[in-house]
Amino acid sequence: MKQKYLFNVVFIILTMVFATSVFSKEYEIDQNSKSFKMDGKKVEAVTIKVGDTIRFKNEDPFFHNIFSLSDLKTFDLGSFPKGQSKTVTFDKAGLAEVECAIHPEMYMEVSVQ
Amino acid sequence: MDINSPFKKFSQKMLLAICLSFISAPILAADLSHYLRPSEIPQPDNNRMTPERIELGKMLFFDPRLSGSNWISCATCHNPGLGWSDGLPTAIGHGQKILRRSTPTILNTAYQPLQLWDGRARSLEKQALGPIEDEGEMAQHLHKSKDRSHGLIDELKALKGYRDAFEVAYPGEGITKNTIAKALSSFERTIVSTDAAFDRWIKGDKKAMSKSALRGFTLFEGKANCVKCHSNFNFTDNGFHNIGLEDATDAGRYAIRKVKILIGAFKTPTLRDIALTAPYMHNGAYATLEEVIEHYNVGGISKENISPNIKELNLTDNEKSDLVVFMKSLTGKPTPITYPMLPVE
Ligand code: HEC
Ligand code: HEC
Ligand SMILES: [Cu+2]
Repeated sequence: MKQKYLFNVVFIILTMVFATSVFSKEYEIDQNSKSFKMDGKKVEAVTIKVGDTIRFKNEDPFFHNIFSLSDLKTFDLGSFPKGQSKTVTFDKAGLAEVECAIHPEMYMEVSVQ
Repeated sequence: MDINSPFKKFSQKMLLAICLSFISAPILAADLSHYLRPSEIPQPDNNRMTPERIELGKMLFFDPRLSGSNWISCATCHNPGLGWSDGLPTAIGHGQKILRRSTPTILNTAYQPLQLWDGRARSLEKQALGPIEDEGEMAQHLHKSKDRSHGLIDELKALKGYRDAFEVAYPGEGITKNTIAKALSSFERTIVSTDAAFDRWIKGDKKAMSKSALRGFTLFEGKANCVKCHSNFNFTDNGFHNIGLEDATDAGRYAIRKVKILIGAFKTPTLRDIALTAPYMHNGAYATLEEVIEHYNVGGISKENISPNIKELNLTDNEKSDLVVFMKSLTGKPTPITYPMLPVE
């Protein structure tokens, strides 16, 4: 009896882990010429799913510092140079405003569904 | 032994030189185009510049009656004769009070997306009423209140000269805080830099810059790393950096955005007409451009939270003076300005 219960719990956890690893995606957003770019095109808003990850990659020869102070998610990736990247996973639905602290012209919205 | 070999070597070198000059000429031109003046002065759709708006804004800018004491105008601190600044380490405001920050030039503010040292104003229009109402700066009230029989808007409405000027500039909109801000901004957008030696050189006048200025430019873009932040036509990235000045009291941009890197960070100022606007920095810390270079050469004074783009430079004395000569080549001949006649009735 107890064993079956344990089995069920383990099964459920495993399926959840499996499901997220299969269905959650990683997007790459580049910092290029002081703007956010995806596949080489400037983006001002992206829509992703709960559990998805965004990798922020610096392609400029100077530092960027990506952060968000939104209710949905607060993070500060610190400043990082050309070639380096940092990731953020969005685990709740809602809207996050993402900015570069050094260059406030760099601004985008991440809508998590 | 091949008797042809010296000639062969020579011709090879020639060929290489010819090829290089073909390749480098277009590359050079392409590389420097971001320093060219933008084709248009940026202006918002709801406040396009017209001669009437500019003229009204100029009157307001020079009118001391905009202040509570009727004694301080925008031009008191943003003095056209002093590079649209005041020559002081930090500004002096209402009641001779010494303020904590220096007066930036208003030159080329049209090209800046964010105004003020900490970028807290998102446009010239949003900035313009700030100094009027600020207790430290002009200490004026826009509207009458319990303890004031009249405010600025009533004072302006009492003058026919202003009523007419507002009506031709903003027909039907009246004298309001919005039209005051819009007119001031329209005037400010006309204060743009003129072509300096550097601009003439960029456009092809090879003799416009001295050898020393050219060496300074190479250092500016290379070893001295200035271009990481002072970039493009206006020599600013419109960004915020802590460059390691000694100032424990001013949080700078951090007051607006609570992100660690912004503690002590301020907006990168333009270097246009920089020879005219000493002293330098948000706190007026340096009296000369030589002192500024020394600051960067040692990699900043205070290392706390300093930008990773500020590093010790190990410049020689000659290199330091080349950088100063280069910065002076960014200073153009200021446009002469006529003082407006202000309405007295
Ligand atoms: C008492 C001196 C004083 C007066 C008067 C004054 N200013 Fe300023 N101005 C300053 C100082 C100091 C700053 C920087 C303040 C800061 O960044 O916190 C500034 C900043 C500015 C800026 C931003 C420039 C930049 O590069 O970010 C503009 C634009 C400006 N003032 C326009 C005006 C206008 C328009 C008026 C009149 C309505 C005016 N000022 C009156 C001292 C003054
Ligand atoms: C990390 C970005 C950065 C780099 C690199 C940098 N600057 Fe600056 N510069 C700034 C900022 C930000 C300020 C304003 C700092 C303050 O007042 O707190 C400034 C201020 C100045 C000023 C004073 C301007 C004024 O109106 O007060 C001069 C001149 C100047 N820099 C020249 C240079 C030169 C020359 C170099 C290269 C040796 C250089 N800068 C490198 C960001 C930078
Ligand atoms: Cu950035």
